[in-house]
Amino acid sequence: MTTKLKSFLPLLGIAALAIALLVVAPAVLSDLRLNNLAKYCCWAMVAVGIGLAWGRGGMLVMGQGVFFALGAYAMGMHMQLESVGDGGIPTFMILYDPLAPLPAFWEPFRSGAFTIAMIVVAPVVVASILGFAIFKRRVKGAYFAILTQALAVALATLISGTIKYTGGDTGLSGFTSFFGYTLDDPLNRRLIFTITATLLVGCLVVAWQLYRSRFGELLVATRDAEERVRFLGYDPANIKLVAFVVAAVMASIGGAMFVPIVGIMAPKSMDAAASIFFIAGVALGGRAALFGPVLGALAVGYGQSTLSEQWPGTWIYVLGLLFIVVTIALPGGIASLATRGAGLLARLRSSDRKAASA
Amino acid sequence: MFKSRNRMLSVTAAALTTGLILSSCGGATTKDAAPTAAPKSCVDTSGDTVKLGFLNSLTGGMAISEKTVSKTLHMAADEINASGGILGKKIVPIQEDGATDWPTFAEKEEKLLTKDCVAATFGGWTSSSRKAVKPVVEKYNGLFFYPVQYEGLESSKNIYYTGATTNQQIIPAMDFLKAQGVKTLFLAGSDYVFPRTANAIIKLYAAKLGIKIVGEEYVPLDKADWTTQVAKIVKAKPDFVFNTINGSSNVGFVKAYYDAGLSPKTTPIISVSIAEEEAPAMGHDVSGNYASWNYFESIKSPANAKFIADWKKYPGNSGVTSDPMEAAYDSLYLYKELVEKAGSFDVDKINAAAKKYKITFNAPEGLITLDGENHHISKVANIGQIQPDNQFKIVWSSGTPIAPDPYLKGYDWFPAATRDALVKAAG
Repeated sequence: MTTKLKSFLPLLGIAALAIALLVVAPAVLSDLRLNNLAKYCCWAMVAVGIGLAWGRGGMLVMGQGVFFALGAYAMGMHMQLESVGDGGIPTFMILYDPLAPLPAFWEPFRSGAFTIAMIVVAPVVVASILGFAIFKRRVKGAYFAILTQALAVALATLISGTIKYTGGDTGLSGFTSFFGYTLDDPLNRRLIFTITATLLVGCLVVAWQLYRSRFGELLVATRDAEERVRFLGYDPANIKLVAFVVAAVMASIGGAMFVPIVGIMAPKSMDAAASIFFIAGVALGGRAALFGPVLGALAVGYGQSTLSEQWPGTWIYVLGLLFIVVTIALPGGIASLATRGAGLLARLRSSDRKAASA
Repeated sequence: MFKSRNRMLSVTAAALTTGLILSSCGGATTKDAAPTAAPKSCVDTSGDTVKLGFLNSLTGGMAISEKTVSKTLHMAADEINASGGILGKKIVPIQEDGATDWPTFAEKEEKLLTKDCVAATFGGWTSSSRKAVKPVVEKYNGLFFYPVQYEGLESSKNIYYTGATTNQQIIPAMDFLKAQGVKTLFLAGSDYVFPRTANAIIKLYAAKLGIKIVGEEYVPLDKADWTTQVAKIVKAKPDFVFNTINGSSNVGFVKAYYDAGLSPKTTPIISVSIAEEEAPAMGHDVSGNYASWNYFESIKSPANAKFIADWKKYPGNSGVTSDPMEAAYDSLYLYKELVEKAGSFDVDKINAAAKKYKITFNAPEGLITLDGENHHISKVANIGQIQPDNQFKIVWSSGTPIAPDPYLKGYDWFPAATRDALVKAAG
């Protein structure tokens, strides 16, 4: 009974989150706050992936901005082309040559289906190649973290330096519609929120299934004793690769939804600092727990918005202080509050039983 | 047993989420609907106050520049309040932090317009911040006053640009160089939209003026190493260097320039982003070089004397005054003038008043006039030479205010195809 109940608990949690996001939030929040929440949900998707790779897999992925950018730029390019209409080129390209044809790598993004496919396929391909090279060579620990971080720096620099093709530092902006739905309509923005929240719930369901599968156990085993897993006949590289690729896809989907929500995509939203920001939320929430990364990302996003409204100019110190307090008081993150509570309850119950038997 | 329960749970989860999507999507589909009217404005000016939003980066990399603009806006608001307010209503400023983060600019603009219900917003610095705010302010039919010189080729019925566009800063600088007898020019800039656009315009105009461009180099905004690029300047031996570098990258450029043995005597620099505040921070005596702006602290006028004196008394002031802060100061006074001419805080009435009346302000830089069609300002262009005390001595001036021409319609050397495509893209 207890084990059965326990395996149901996460599903109840996911259902509660789904109801909170998809039913309660749209009913009680203003358009402004719902759009803010949609933005936090994008960060939360990245966070779920980090939870899998870092929390369960022990890989400190400090460059998720790379995969965030793959999804975001795929979506940004599609929406930019949709805004300029058939045969048009993005406004930022006009300056250099108004009659130039669209660069070849932009052309297929006119298609919505191709864009959606790329949002999933691009991170799979990139993460597979990277992951294969990294994990087969048994690069891990701090070296792995620095490597991923360097990739985020490199990609941000590349995008900034190719202004004629990517919009550079200024980024892609001026979107008017999202797959045919005008962005000015508040109803359509609610639709975008619903899609984003659903995708987040989907990411959680995937993470939950992976955690309770044989793969999830192997992943944790690899994190804790990679050599033993190898001696048992498994290849830790393949196990890590799968977690890394899944995390990359989640970051890419989060990036893709980020663009219609905030209306601008520039390297600043995916560079090294942004990638560390993703990690910070996960650390705050509790990286190894299923709900830790989500709660952390939502809390950091909400904290940033409300604290900066309260104290413009000094909010960043308040947020920093909160980080310090949480890491000292709750090393397991916000999510460990639940397990701590449960532990306390169990201790109380066992002392009750002792008292009864005495 | 274990397997089947597993599957059952997945199915339950899938069904649950699908159900939730369907229930919350109901009715939320208006594909290609006719453009809906802008959401109804929530601005309430029935009391004796009016709320205005100031949106500047108070944290992050741009804070050093934008904090000054924010303080200047507050100073202007205090002054206007002391002299009776706007239409008799006292300004209540609401400050938000753009945090040098473009999505944050969009978020805060939406918050100011829809939660605080401010009558107008002021701020921004980088082109990215303006581009992030633009769709938001257009969607809610709000107002945004942007105080920094920029790359032009833009217009919006919801944005007023109180800094210079290219024909009030870049093109006059080229006229100055021509008058100096410059034959060869080297272009050095940061790699983003303003320098790229400015240099595209410079190259077109240089061809017309008969000035030869002997090199063009870009370095990312956050990089400070200019050694290899400056070596190319030494080799090309240009008469002048046109500097469109922004921010702290200038420090690295100036260091490399003096280290390479270049000096204003042989190869002077003309800049468009080094002002009174930046000149002392270059880590080197940069006197003898030039800058192109509309406002200099050294301008002699009663309005400027008052502006400088007020600023020096203002708590937390930065000591010197500069072009972007003056443009921010002007923006609030122009807004006051617009509202009082319109007799209302209503955005459509203000835009109508901008077209109907001649909106002017006796600014520290001189008399400025608003162009009601393109929402830019007529300004005098000045070239200043940096003095050893880091003040600028005005050595050239357009004399009369130059009418703003963001799309360079009055310049036949600017390709019509590019202009038409840009105007069309802007809608």
